[in-house]
Amino acid sequence: MAERIAPVRRVLGSWDVIVLLAVVAVATVGAFTIEGVASPRFWRFVALEALPIALIALPMTLVVITGEIDLSVASVLGLTCTVMGQLWVSGVTSLPLLIALCLLLGAVLGAVNGLFVTGFGLPSLAVTIGTLALYRGLAYVVLGDRAVANYPREWTSSAIAPIPGTTIPWMILVLAALAVVFAVVLHATPVGRALYAMGNNAEAARFAGVNVRLTKFWLFVATGTMSALAGVFWTLRFASARADNGSGLELAVVAAVLLGGVSIFGGRGALLGVLAAVALLGVLRNALQLAYVPANTLTVITGALLIASVVGPNVAGMLRERLRRRRSTAPTATPTT
Amino acid sequence: MTLVDSPPAEAATQGTRVARRAFLVRELGIGLALVLLIAVTYAVNPRFLSAQNIKDLLLGSTILAILAVGQAVVVITRNVDLSAGSVLGLSAFATGAVFVAAPGLPIPLMLVIGTALGAVLGAVNGGLIAAAKVPALVVTLGTLYMFRGLDYTWATSRQINAADMPPAFLRMGTETVLGVPVLALFAVAVLVAVGYYLRHYRGGRELYAIGSDPAAARLSGIPGGRRVFAAFVASGALAGLAGVLHAARFGTIDANAGLGIELNVVAAVVVGGVAIFGGSGSVYGAALGAVLLTTIRAALPVLGVNPFWQDAAVGALILASIGLDRALSARVGRSLREGKAHG
Repeated sequence: MAERIAPVRRVLGSWDVIVLLAVVAVATVGAFTIEGVASPRFWRFVALEALPIALIALPMTLVVITGEIDLSVASVLGLTCTVMGQLWVSGVTSLPLLIALCLLLGAVLGAVNGLFVTGFGLPSLAVTIGTLALYRGLAYVVLGDRAVANYPREWTSSAIAPIPGTTIPWMILVLAALAVVFAVVLHATPVGRALYAMGNNAEAARFAGVNVRLTKFWLFVATGTMSALAGVFWTLRFASARADNGSGLELAVVAAVLLGGVSIFGGRGALLGVLAAVALLGVLRNALQLAYVPANTLTVITGALLIASVVGPNVAGMLRERLRRRRSTAPTATPTT
Repeated sequence: MTLVDSPPAEAATQGTRVARRAFLVRELGIGLALVLLIAVTYAVNPRFLSAQNIKDLLLGSTILAILAVGQAVVVITRNVDLSAGSVLGLSAFATGAVFVAAPGLPIPLMLVIGTALGAVLGAVNGGLIAAAKVPALVVTLGTLYMFRGLDYTWATSRQINAADMPPAFLRMGTETVLGVPVLALFAVAVLVAVGYYLRHYRGGRELYAIGSDPAAARLSGIPGGRRVFAAFVASGALAGLAGVLHAARFGTIDANAGLGIELNVVAAVVVGGVAIFGGSGSVYGAALGAVLLTTIRAALPVLGVNPFWQDAAVGALILASIGLDRALSARVGRSLREGKAHG
C-alpha cells in the first residue's frame, strides 16, 4: 500500500478543493433547477441538520488521522441526551450547569474509550464497537423508552435561534470557532504534525519523542466531549431526550470524514475537506428531498460517493504509476512494487 | 499459524502448541461462559430450558451465527464486511419478491438464488477491495448504504406477508428435527463446512497467513487479492443465505430486514475470539459468540434484570472479551519468543 501513496497524494493534494467545488456546484445547480434551494429557509435546514455531524466530525478527523477510529460517538450523544433529560426532570434547572455536566459526562465516556485503547493497547475499532453498545445500553437504562420533552421554550428556541438579520442558526458560529481551533491544532502546531506522524508510523513517532498514548487518550476525550455537545444541541433542537437519539449517526460521521479525504489508515487528510464533505452530504440530501427524490436514492448516492472517493484516487494513482513505468526507460531509482 | 512444518521449528512447535492451546482455551472459555449463563438462568427459572425456549434460542442464534461465520472469514484476513446486514436485507426481500412472482418455486432453488445473490453482492465488495486496493471498511460502509438504498428503492415501502409465501417454505422456518429447528441445522452445516475448510485446506490456511502478515504472505507467493476476494464472496453468500432463512423465519419482510445488524455481527465475532486485526480465531468461536450474545439477551429478563440493560451487558461483554484476548495473546507471544530463544 505504502508504495502507492506518493502518486496518490499529488491527486489528493487538491481533494479538499474538489469536495468544496462539488458543494458549490450542487448548490448552484440546485438553486437554478429545484424550487426552494435558493431560499434562506433551505440553508437554515441544511445548517441545523449538518451541525451535530460537523461537531463530531471535527475531533473524529483527528482521531482517524492518527489511525484510530471512534464508533461510539452516536451512543455518547444518545447517553448525553438521556442524562440531560433525567437531570432536568430531577430538578437541575440551570442550563449552564446542565451543559457543564453533560460535557463532563462526554469527557468521561471518551476517557473510558481512551483508557481501553491506549492504556490496555486494544484496537479502537473493537473497543468502540463495545462502548457503542455499552453507552447506548446505558442510555436505555437511564430513560428506558420514556422521552423527556418539557424543556423551557426559551431554551429550545435559543438553541436554534438565527444570527440576527439572517436565517442561519447562531450555533454555526460556535461550530466555526471550534473548527478554527481544531484546524489550528491540526495544521499549525507540533501536536498536529505529531498526529500525522503517528498515523503514518506510530513506532517512528514514538522514537521521535511523541507521546503517542497520551495524545491519543486526549483525542478520545475530545471526541467524547464534542459528541456530548452535539447531544446537548440535539436535545434542545428536537426538544426531546430519548434513548435512541442519533442512533446510527456514527456511520454518517465516519462517511463524511472519509469522503473528506481522510485516509482510514491514518496519516492523511485535512479538516477543510471533512467540513466540505459534511456540507456536501447535507446540501445534497436536502436539495434532493426538495426535488422529491426519495430518501433511498440518497442513501445509494451517499454510498456511491464514499466508494468513489477512495476508488477514484486509487485507480488514478495506479494508472499514473503504470504510465510512468512505461515511460521510464532506465530501471534506476523507481521504487519497486 | 502452522503453515510450515519444516524441521528448524522444533522449539517453535512447542510455542505453537502453547498458542494453539491458548486459542482452544479461548473457545472453551466462551463455551464455559455460555454454560454458566444457561445454568444460572436455569436455576432461577427452570422454564428457561423448556423445549420451546431452547428452540427459540437456537432460532434466534441461527441468523446471527451464519452472518458471524461469514464475517469471521473476512476478519481473519484483516478486513471487515460492514455490508452484511444490507446484503441480508436485499436477499430477504428478493426471496419474498421471487415467491410472489413464482409461488411454485422449489425451496432448495430459492436457497440457491438467495445465496447466489449474496455472492454477487460480496463479489462487488471483494472486487473493489482486491482490484482497486481500497480499504474494506470504507468500501463496505459504502455498500452498506448502497445495498440498503437499492433495497428501499425496490421495496418502495411495500411489505411482503406470510400469505404471499408458500406454506412449505414458512414451515421450514419453524419445523424441528428431534427438537432442533431446521434453520439451526443450516447454521451447523455452514459452520462445519467453513470450519473444516479453514482448518484443513491450503486456501483456508492462507487466509490466516494473509491476516497475520499481508506483506509476508505476498512474499511467500500467496495470491492475496484472489483469496481476499473469495473471502468477501463467501461472506456475501452466507449473508444471502441468512436472508432467505430470515424470510422463512419471520414470514413478513419489508426493506428493513437486518437493519443495523452489522455491528452485532462484528461484536459476535470479537466476543468469539477472532482478532479484529486478523490472523487468529476460528469460525467456531464466532458462532459461539453469536449464540452467547443471543442467550444473554434472552436470559437477562429471566434473571429479573431490567431488559433495558441488554445492550449495556453486551457492550461490557465485548470489552471483557477483547481484554481477555489481549491478555492471552500477550502470554502466547511470550511463550513463542521463549521457544525461539531456546532453539
